[in-house]
Amino acid sequence: MPSSRPRPRSPDVRIYKPQLTSVLSIAHRATGVLLSAGSVLLVAWLVAVADGSNAYAALDGFLRSWIGIILLVGWTFSLFYHLCNGIRHLSWDMDFGFELASIYLSGWLVVSASVVLTLATWIIGMAAGR
Amino acid sequence: MSDWNREDPLDRNPPGGRASPLRRAIGLGSSGSGAHHWWLQRVTAVALVPLSIWLVASLIAHARDGQQDLLAWLGRPAVAVTMAALWVILFWHMKLGLRVIVEDYVHADRMKFAILIVVDLVSLALMAIGVFTNLYLALH
Repeated sequence: MPSSRPRPRSPDVRIYKPQLTSVLSIAHRATGVLLSAGSVLLVAWLVAVADGSNAYAALDGFLRSWIGIILLVGWTFSLFYHLCNGIRHLSWDMDFGFELASIYLSGWLVVSASVVLTLATWIIGMAAGR
Repeated sequence: MSDWNREDPLDRNPPGGRASPLRRAIGLGSSGSGAHHWWLQRVTAVALVPLSIWLVASLIAHARDGQQDLLAWLGRPAVAVTMAALWVILFWHMKLGLRVIVEDYVHADRMKFAILIVVDLVSLALMAIGVFTNLYLALH
């Protein structure tokens, strides 16, 4: 079998109208990939703390720079989104909220909760870390 | 409840499902490995709910800490055990999740094979580095 043959596309992503359901579905995967990258940094942070050399000061300085803050806010949102939407998935696994109206309601709830939790985390974090 | 409820979604071998009678009897389905991957992804997801909330709360609480304060915090046995558990469960969950994404989007066999090996090895390496660093800090 050739290793790369044309694959069928259904639905065709180029002409299919984005919906809340499909956008949240792909966002779950996208945030999962982003969090995978973030978890590498998290382990690097732990090793830097343990190492005792200049690695920690360099990493800490980077994380407190504006680009570091942007990355951390992105990871915070990704974490809360993946967490909330993951709970939504677990409830579906137990056959709760599978009606179309519930799916849209829980979808908007997940989006709102992720934004609120991200803002709350950073407001508390900035107040505590000043 | 909708009529989705007629069958138990957690039943691995629903009557009338697509599995052949032999597959249904063996309980492994078309993948040959049953619902093992699906189940472990759920177990690790449930465990990550409290662990990830604990992580965010801890990082906020220690936002002002310098390196020495962090070392003192990480040296506490409860923190070391919780964080070590986080690494095992987080990277297990990551390994399972990234595998599904690669299987869905990478169709070239050799490339898929190579990426899946990298995903598995990197996940296990990160798990080992995290756990051993926590043990080192707790015991040193």
